[in-house]
Amino acid sequence: MGKLKKVLLLGSGGLKIGQAGEFDYSGSQAIKALKEEGIHVVLINPNIATVQTDERLADTVYFLPLTEQFATQVIKKERPNGILLGFGGQTALNLGLALEKSGTLKKYNVRVLGTPVSAIRDTEDRELFVRRLREIGVKVARSHAARTTHEALKSAAEIGYPVMVRAGFALGGEGSGIVRDAKELAEKLTEVFRSLSAGAGLPQVLIEEYLGGWKEVEYEVVRDRADNCITVCNMENLDPMGIHTGESMVVAPSQTLSNEEYHSLREIAIRVIRHLGVVGECNIQYGLHPKTGDYRVIEVNARLSRSSALASKATGYPLAFVAAKLALGHTLPELKNSVTRTTSAYFEPALDYLVLKVPRWDLTKFAHAAPRIGTEMKSVGEVMAIGRSFEEVLQKALRMLAVGAGGFTPLDSKRLTGQAAHYLDQIRHPTTNRIFAIAEALRKGVSVQKISSLSHIDPWFVEKMKNIMEFEKLARRSDLLGRSDLLWKAKRLGFSDAQIATLKRTTPEKIRALRRKHEVLPVVKQIDTLAGEFPAQTNYLYLTYHGDSHDVEPGKKSAVVLGSGPYAIGSSVEFDWSGVQALKTLAAKKFQTIMINYNPETVSTDYDMSDRLYFDELSLERVLDIVEFEKPRGVFVSTGGQLPNNLAIPLHKNGIRIFGTRAEDIDRAENRHAFSALLDSLRVDQPAWAELRTLSSAVKTAEDIGYPVLVRPSYVLSGAAMSVAADRGSLIAYLKRAAAVSPDHPVVISKFIENAREIEIDGVARNGRLVVYAITEHVENAGTHSGDATVVLPPQRTYLETMRRAKEITKKIIRELRITGPFNIQFIAKDNRLQVIECNLRASRSFPFVSKVTGYNFIDIATRAALGEDVSGNYRTVELDFVAVKSPQFSYGRIKGADPTSRVEMASTGEVACFGDSYSEALLKSMLAAGFRLPKKNILVSIGKDESKLKLLPSLELLRDMRFKLYATENTADFLQARGIPCEKVYKINTAKKLDVTSLLANGKLDLIINIPTHPHQGESTEGFKIRRKAIDLNIPLITNRQLAEAFVTALAEQKGNGLKAKAWSEYRT
Amino acid sequence: MKLYLKDGTVVEGESFGSDRSVTGEVVFNTGMVGYPESLTDPSYAGQILVLTYPLVGNYGVPSFAKATEGKPDTPPFESRKIQIAGLVVSEYSENYSHSTAKKSLAAWLKESGVPAMTGVDTRALTKRLREHGVILGRIEHVRSRRSNIGFADPNKENLVARVSPKKKRVYKGGRVRIVAVDCGMKENIVRSLVARGATVIRVPWNHDFTKEPYDGLLLSNGPGDPTMCGATIENIRRAMEKGKPILGVCLGNQLLALAAGAKTYKLKYGHRSQNQPCIDVRTGRCYITSQNHGFAVDAKTLSAGWEEWFVNANDGSNEGLRHKTKPWTSVQFHPEASPGPTDTAWIFDEFIASLKK
Repeated sequence: MGKLKKVLLLGSGGLKIGQAGEFDYSGSQAIKALKEEGIHVVLINPNIATVQTDERLADTVYFLPLTEQFATQVIKKERPNGILLGFGGQTALNLGLALEKSGTLKKYNVRVLGTPVSAIRDTEDRELFVRRLREIGVKVARSHAARTTHEALKSAAEIGYPVMVRAGFALGGEGSGIVRDAKELAEKLTEVFRSLSAGAGLPQVLIEEYLGGWKEVEYEVVRDRADNCITVCNMENLDPMGIHTGESMVVAPSQTLSNEEYHSLREIAIRVIRHLGVVGECNIQYGLHPKTGDYRVIEVNARLSRSSALASKATGYPLAFVAAKLALGHTLPELKNSVTRTTSAYFEPALDYLVLKVPRWDLTKFAHAAPRIGTEMKSVGEVMAIGRSFEEVLQKALRMLAVGAGGFTPLDSKRLTGQAAHYLDQIRHPTTNRIFAIAEALRKGVSVQKISSLSHIDPWFVEKMKNIMEFEKLARRSDLLGRSDLLWKAKRLGFSDAQIATLKRTTPEKIRALRRKHEVLPVVKQIDTLAGEFPAQTNYLYLTYHGDSHDVEPGKKSAVVLGSGPYAIGSSVEFDWSGVQALKTLAAKKFQTIMINYNPETVSTDYDMSDRLYFDELSLERVLDIVEFEKPRGVFVSTGGQLPNNLAIPLHKNGIRIFGTRAEDIDRAENRHAFSALLDSLRVDQPAWAELRTLSSAVKTAEDIGYPVLVRPSYVLSGAAMSVAADRGSLIAYLKRAAAVSPDHPVVISKFIENAREIEIDGVARNGRLVVYAITEHVENAGTHSGDATVVLPPQRTYLETMRRAKEITKKIIRELRITGPFNIQFIAKDNRLQVIECNLRASRSFPFVSKVTGYNFIDIATRAALGEDVSGNYRTVELDFVAVKSPQFSYGRIKGADPTSRVEMASTGEVACFGDSYSEALLKSMLAAGFRLPKKNILVSIGKDESKLKLLPSLELLRDMRFKLYATENTADFLQARGIPCEKVYKINTAKKLDVTSLLANGKLDLIINIPTHPHQGESTEGFKIRRKAIDLNIPLITNRQLAEAFVTALAEQKGNGLKAKAWSEYRT
Repeated sequence: MKLYLKDGTVVEGESFGSDRSVTGEVVFNTGMVGYPESLTDPSYAGQILVLTYPLVGNYGVPSFAKATEGKPDTPPFESRKIQIAGLVVSEYSENYSHSTAKKSLAAWLKESGVPAMTGVDTRALTKRLREHGVILGRIEHVRSRRSNIGFADPNKENLVARVSPKKKRVYKGGRVRIVAVDCGMKENIVRSLVARGATVIRVPWNHDFTKEPYDGLLLSNGPGDPTMCGATIENIRRAMEKGKPILGVCLGNQLLALAAGAKTYKLKYGHRSQNQPCIDVRTGRCYITSQNHGFAVDAKTLSAGWEEWFVNANDGSNEGLRHKTKPWTSVQFHPEASPGPTDTAWIFDEFIASLKK
């Protein structure tokens, strides 16, 4: 083995369901581990919002699609000696396997570091896996691998229904599910095989013994090349087998396992991992029978995973960092425990606290999406609560979700009506609201035993939940406020001041004052990996009421940065990036940095990112607890998205200094009425709007403004969707269904402007003066949420005059709001008329994108501005020698039943961005990076309105000129043929005529579907929906937006034969 | 109820065990599972045990069934009674759930007459013990009259004599005969040996076993200061003259060292956990081990014929010995686990294999 000089690291691309921010954490740690050894790190990752793609982290960064084609180009160019496959999720693993299989790695002498490819194959190929485990007498679920439907049906009959179907090489359980009979199995397999053959994996499925109701337990295992092997953490899923671990509430360490169970599973874990020969980190999952103690190994993930990120944050053991060191050939005993710095990395953490992970779903963002949870992952993020009792972590975690729950409490019935009605049904057939349904059942007196038998959640957990409900009852009838012992009890059971206030009909402020008077205060505890056995200089902290003394003293000259909370649609890794940048700048300015965040998938919660990490709630109560203890110089609320931004005003009212723009001015921007008046006073145009409290006034206003109108609840909580109403009927339907308009729940109606374009300005101001800004344009017209839009920098089609005017308006607003720090303003441009539709006095989603494209770190500038530094300068952000395009990453494949069209409500789960020498090159690369594939031959077009058909005519002619074979649905085919564009007509689904859409889709030859809905803003369960949905389920590239279709076809024509270049980020900037 | 420490610290909590007041040496254990095993481990005799994992009692306690003659008792019990003097936890879990559970931990403690307290900041208490070393303490039940029982140091008494059986017992196994000197032996040592096909002759700590016919000698774990076991040390010295294989476990490691002329000392706060990394000096391989001891062998005092087998990766203290030429080995940790990791069970395999030669 020669000395490693250069290593290629594969990232995980855009965030999607099943593969989220945890790989930014693992990749960043790997880079640090490699660079410590003086190794040159080359990174491929098109996820521009990640920390790992920052300057000064990896040596060379490629914002490129994670495909064999681009990776091969990079290998050819960079000639790395080694490659790491285990740090970029399933995407990186699959890509690595493909590169190995094609001989690319061998050809260019690239050594796979860490777990050998053969071991990865043993874990990924179900048949091999089962065989390998049986070699050492370890029990696995009875199963058969099948490559055809016939084989699968035969196996299922042998095992006996119900059976579990799993697709090989799938991330997050995609394509897996419980099947109850042969008919259901046959249907499912058609879909699975079709989607598998389009992907990277082998078309193989596993038919498996169904273990529903068994406990699910996981271990994180680390092994070095010298065969030293440890388990860092075990975790117990509250939800039993049958619910994907990504969909489960998970507690660490296990709570209901005896020593015998804990250690026999641990022993098996070590035996299995040794036998497989993993080098680095992996995860092993078990089913454990609750009565007999019998077990089955479910799977091994021979890479860093979501569970390992969780385990790392749960224990303080830096799994990804250690895994990278082991991949380089180090052994565990020679590595130091980077938390204690005195003990070795060869140890198993002892916890003197427990953690609870709860998934965060956003299914209400999707029309028609089924709220059921099961074997496929649908959650978009997660939270982790730390505490010293189960009740404490449960209530913390449920608040952390930021879905409007004050703790473990029934959700109000209105919010439940959207879901399967009865709470007992939701417990038996789990939905995303199951935990709240359990709260309701307990409040209504349903027994622990019944809840446990319906849900298969161990009674131990349900008993703890019951404790919370019992206390609620007690609190209502007792003198809670007069007795400090009861206040203590409430806090130890995890009740927030707000919950107590609700119980006792008073205000949270009064409860806080009362607690301070009685000295009922939380203590700060450290996570030190050794349960206090050795002194540790750890900075990893949490608060609890189960204690009487602090582990640390308050810091000096500190500054707090509030993190972003859970990843969700609309709040993702970009806000983690922003928070990390703020920490870096503050550290450079010699502040003692304090991060408050509770998302285990983040880099901001890494042990080496801040001087102190409070892994705790971002509620006013908890932030005040921390701030009152630490007495920092001030708090940054502007880098974590809307969640911390909402705390600006309450913190200010409590006398806490907010860095940057004044709280009163933030309030003026946040308050719709105040901001509208402000725009009027500045003579800045805005779409007409009104806030209404009754149905009749809403309808009247809509008619005054003129349809179509945009309608939304005035106070946007998660799940309360925005919508476009085209006419009176759809408005009334919306108001009744989604918003339930009332004097307490007003709605906002505003003019929806059609055929308008959107542009955005991201920037930084200081004392009301513009410092730096970037203008971006959207490819899609207004009506597509800015988070779902394809974004271009520098703008390609926006007039200079428009840009100049947007900048003028921006300057006016900045001056009026006396902005110091980051801001984002969104405009609608139509016929040279600019209207402001949104203004945020905080970092926006696009800050990492504009920072990395322009080369100016907007957060660094904003942070320094907020600290009072003069940051003025000559920033060149408009004339760039290249183009960058940011594309949304969707996860529709996971959200069964959802209509994959872009609309005013955001639906994407992540984003990617690529650079190009031209707009067309950047666009194509960016779309490829988001999982799109370029068409080779067959394209199906189905275009709704005549207007759309006419506007797309030039594009369709281009497709003809490029010799694509076009298929078109009936009307579209007539339209095309009338204009001399040859195409094959395709008849409606379920018709006898040939060729019909169903058989065309099923024959597997389509490379692309362009389907432009007639009414993009209304849910339609029509032919179009079925085509779009099939496209997603069969993994066929799909375009549903007219402007994007035009841009794509134009780019395809321009780039034809040009070969998309694999240029590093640095090459574009020099 | 209150826990008084000799340094003047007073810790308040709620009682969930027996109403009695007790004195003892206050020690902490960082294991996250295995309270039935720990509480019945005779090595804890005379000690008030602080568990750092905050939730205790979750999976209840199985019923104890005496084994038939000639068989070791069944898990998870390491002896036939609770051995600790008292228990201190952060949160006792009143509800428990497990298919094997027959009663709650509280009920077991009460019927065993062992006091226990909950609601204690066990992390703060552990840090105090870490900084000051183990401290004498006493648990006083509020209802019991202020007894002023003072602080009695259990290490001043011969704890081994207290926990060691009075009579010899034989566990029938295979051809290989092992004499196990029970200084407070955990049941799982017997189970481990019998499961590997050995016949075990379990003898009291001061029993003169040199007259017994045996193939190998096992020196068990046990509580307190090893220098109290003069009789055992004498017997070991005599056994050495026979040259038969010896395996010491925990206290057995210390007794073997003392018999070989080395010295032992008291650790500041001992090793009581399930995650102690120990390095095999011969191979460099590291193992995660279960431990429970307050005294250690001073490796510097080993005579020429001996070498260290294992050392602790965290603090470098001795974790095992081997004689350079004779088949005499010992480990400071617990290869029988229970509670804790089973990684070093191979030590029994090797021992048994050496007897069959």
